[in-house]
Amino acid sequence: MSYRGASKQFLDSQDISIGDKIRITKKDVSYEGMVLERAEDADEKHIVLKLASGYNVGLDILDAEAKLLEKGEKPKIELQPLEIEKDGKKRDISIISTGGTVASIIDYKTGAVHPAFTADDLLRATPELLEHANINGEAILNILSENMKPDYWIKAARSIADEINNGAYGVVVAHGTDTMHYTSAALSFILDTPVPVVLTGAQRSSDRPSSDAFLNLMGSVTAAKSDIAEVMVCMHATEDDSYCYLHRGTKVRKMHTSRRDTFRSINTQPIAKVRNGNITILDENQEYKKRENGEVKLQDNLEPKVAFIKSYPGISGEIIDYHIDKGYKGIVIEGTGLGHCPDYLIPAVNRATDSGIPVVMGSQCLYGRVNMNVYSTGRELVSAGVISALDMLPETAYVKLVWTLGQTDNMEEVRKIMQTNLKGEIGAKSSQKFF
Amino acid sequence: MDYDKLGLKMGLEVHQQLNTDEKLFCPCSCELTDKKPDYKVLRNLRPTQSELGKVDRAAFEESRRKLQFIYEAYKNETCLVEVDEEPPHPLNKEAVKISLIVASLLNMNVVDELHTMRKQVIDGSNTGGFQRTGLVATNGYMDTEYGRVIIENLCLEEDAARRIGQKKGNVVFRLDRLGIPLVEITTDPSMKHPDQVKEVAYQIGQVLRSTKVKRGLGTIRQDLNISIREGARVELKGVQDLDLMAQMVENEVKRQINLLEIMKELQKRDAHVDDTIYDVKDLFKQTESKIIAKALKDGSVLAIKLNGFAGLIGKEVQPSRRFGTELAGYAKKMGVSGIFHTDELPAYGITQKEVDTVLEFVKAGEEDAFVLVADDDEKARNALLEVLRRAKTAIIEIPEETRKALENANSEYLRPLPTASRMYVETDIPTTVISRDYLENIKNNLPELPDEKKARIIQQYNLSEDLAHQLVRRNRAGDFEEIMASSNLDSTTVASTFAYTIKELKRDGKDILKLTTDCLKETFALVEKGKITKEAVQEVLVGVCDGEKSPEQAAKDLNLTMLSEEDVESVIDDIISSNSKMVEERGMGAMGALMGKAMAKLKGKADGKLVNKLLRDKLQNK
Repeated sequence: MSYRGASKQFLDSQDISIGDKIRITKKDVSYEGMVLERAEDADEKHIVLKLASGYNVGLDILDAEAKLLEKGEKPKIELQPLEIEKDGKKRDISIISTGGTVASIIDYKTGAVHPAFTADDLLRATPELLEHANINGEAILNILSENMKPDYWIKAARSIADEINNGAYGVVVAHGTDTMHYTSAALSFILDTPVPVVLTGAQRSSDRPSSDAFLNLMGSVTAAKSDIAEVMVCMHATEDDSYCYLHRGTKVRKMHTSRRDTFRSINTQPIAKVRNGNITILDENQEYKKRENGEVKLQDNLEPKVAFIKSYPGISGEIIDYHIDKGYKGIVIEGTGLGHCPDYLIPAVNRATDSGIPVVMGSQCLYGRVNMNVYSTGRELVSAGVISALDMLPETAYVKLVWTLGQTDNMEEVRKIMQTNLKGEIGAKSSQKFF
Repeated sequence: MDYDKLGLKMGLEVHQQLNTDEKLFCPCSCELTDKKPDYKVLRNLRPTQSELGKVDRAAFEESRRKLQFIYEAYKNETCLVEVDEEPPHPLNKEAVKISLIVASLLNMNVVDELHTMRKQVIDGSNTGGFQRTGLVATNGYMDTEYGRVIIENLCLEEDAARRIGQKKGNVVFRLDRLGIPLVEITTDPSMKHPDQVKEVAYQIGQVLRSTKVKRGLGTIRQDLNISIREGARVELKGVQDLDLMAQMVENEVKRQINLLEIMKELQKRDAHVDDTIYDVKDLFKQTESKIIAKALKDGSVLAIKLNGFAGLIGKEVQPSRRFGTELAGYAKKMGVSGIFHTDELPAYGITQKEVDTVLEFVKAGEEDAFVLVADDDEKARNALLEVLRRAKTAIIEIPEETRKALENANSEYLRPLPTASRMYVETDIPTTVISRDYLENIKNNLPELPDEKKARIIQQYNLSEDLAHQLVRRNRAGDFEEIMASSNLDSTTVASTFAYTIKELKRDGKDILKLTTDCLKETFALVEKGKITKEAVQEVLVGVCDGEKSPEQAAKDLNLTMLSEEDVESVIDDIISSNSKMVEERGMGAMGALMGKAMAKLKGKADGKLVNKLLRDKLQNK
């Protein structure tokens, strides 16, 4: 029971529990309805009733009397398992869920929203998916995406690898949008995939009729059947429910807190457009890895002790010292402009590199390329051994360093890997059309 | 009709837009716009499933239509909230306050904590696929000539987007109206006479007008719930004209009586509905019907058989609306333009021979009827499924429906009555505790109802009935009282400025928004200080409307400022000296003629009384 304190006592004293039908009588008025759960952060003074009209009201227990009218069962959702026959003519696509609410079920009796995690739940919410593929679903995590961490990237990568090695023609990963671009970058480095791996999510939760989840999921299944064997993000291309973009997993970033077209390709363009079950490659000159036969290669050693520090006016060298002292193995600085931090930070940076801690410099401009040769501070940073992230997104540079330090602790090796394009994360050329 | 015997019961639902500075869940203004939209956004809506796969029946039906929606949006007039691209901002406090005032005036019990809900509506009128609404108060009352009526609920909710039209099967909405705060006031269904409904509607209107609500067309909407004992609850949406209400009630009662007769006849005939949808395309190869000919090319011609329905589909249920019109109403919701049925055929280019072939094809007996739809295959199939559903219901009962009130007091089918199962909580809005102290404070400062206010200002300011009525109706009584509180001017002058002068200026296309209460105060102060005459007020106000200036400046520029006493004196001296002969000959007898000359020169710049006094003094002292 989510009630506590006085309101809990009030209900307990009458032996009332959630789901019971009761009458609350106050001085001039009485209410009849079902007792609902109360939000965890709410006060202790009110109880929530769902009236016959469907409206919820909060009632102060002060001077109120409660009468139990009918004992109710605490509502819980139990659905019959679906029995879906496999269609030999359709491709097998796996959908892996990590949390977030790509599919939800509303319990109209109580008005509660239950995230749907199992494959069955997902198919009940979006039966149309079956028109396009045989869907095999699995829930591996149930977390909000802000709680993602490198350990979970490994877990997800292994599950994806299992699906592919077991014959999935493509894999869709349902993921919360907040850190989806970190995960897509991580999966890009960990997996060498022969088939598409498509991350998707929803900016409007799927318990609302206007959710973007449906188009995103449909687009993702289409993308998972395509010949683009990369880790990608598939989300709304515009504010319309018309088509999605497929963004390269290492070049994409969440750029808006709430809009459905929040994901943007940075320093490149999306690979393709997905509309009504069709894929259109946006630029024939842009290369991508083609579908092939064979198993997944998995390189899932990671070094999670990497710090990601933003430079800002007034930043203190203590922050870098702290991470050195705490035993961090790598540091990514999100520098200003072309890749700078205040010159008084240079001694601390020197201390890091001297201690064998690689320091990578990205730019908080996001667009454009780091170049530390233009100004003196930049040149001093280069002398201190700072590694340029080139045109990588700072988040991608962070994820890549986590992965690289899992592969080697040799500073020169680290520098080489960080500056070699592995999964489309580094572009050699900057084009006008990318900004 | 004997409504008592029929067991007529009616309830009223009033929706009133509030005149708040901002919308209910975002900071956009509550004004409609006719500007060309800056953006258009295309969206689909899907009903969300519930446990047991239960979906609200109204929502389910809408979803079968597979419509896309286009929303017209603006850079400045709307924001990301209306277009469902940003979570709602916290509930508008001003709107909550107004709703509490209305609830208190209606003797209602206010809830302790307001919870915002989502009511699923997927006809596209809300971008989220639901309307946000919260129950503010319950269990009030209103006394009428016919007895006490219970005011069941008062909800604070957001208005829907404005339907602009349809474009290639896509419904176009404009987002300007979406999110304007509304109060929804619902009475219990206990009213038994149309006149009682009218009185309650009037009284609720009075209550609303005493608070900060919008005025004018479309800002208040009334729905009428009607049922008779053996019938079903029907909600008539959009009853605009209260005078039409009695006719509307009569037509609905007639409809229910006729549907009951049809039902009884169907039961007598042991009517039943065949679920098969027959493809009858091949029977119309030679057809002369244009609609069918078109469907032969790129669609389907489908039919269903209604056993035992012959002769009843053509039966009139409302003036010039037949049972067939009811069936067609359901079909049209699926996007077809209409249906053909046996009771109206041969017609529309369909021959008797063709009718006979179809009857034979579906193996129809003498009492059987068929319904035929020619359209795009999926639409036609969905339409006939709806007709089947409606026909099946016709044998058992009158369906509960939401119907649209038509201008001729008839109504047409809109959708099934929504069920309570379409409500769930809006998790993006924190609950609002309504403290008893706050509520007590509101109750102690309730506004006067319009009729009370009118009676009081007639008494207090010695106004005519007409002037008082105009002030209250135009919502200017407050401004009037504010000015009267700081001035000694006669009340009729001030009141008629509000009641008539400003109205005339508006009619002449003047920008009357410039005439703020402060501006009017200044203008009347000029009169009081003797700087302009009463008669010059209108011209000064015109001057203010036309330019960016103060009333005083406007008066100066228009040469309406009164002369000082010395200036008037010197004008009079001039007149006396240039008419010295007349003055010598007639003495005081010259008064009339000289007064005429003086006023011709000083009209609008000096008070007649002053001119008269000065002239008299000078002539006497000569």
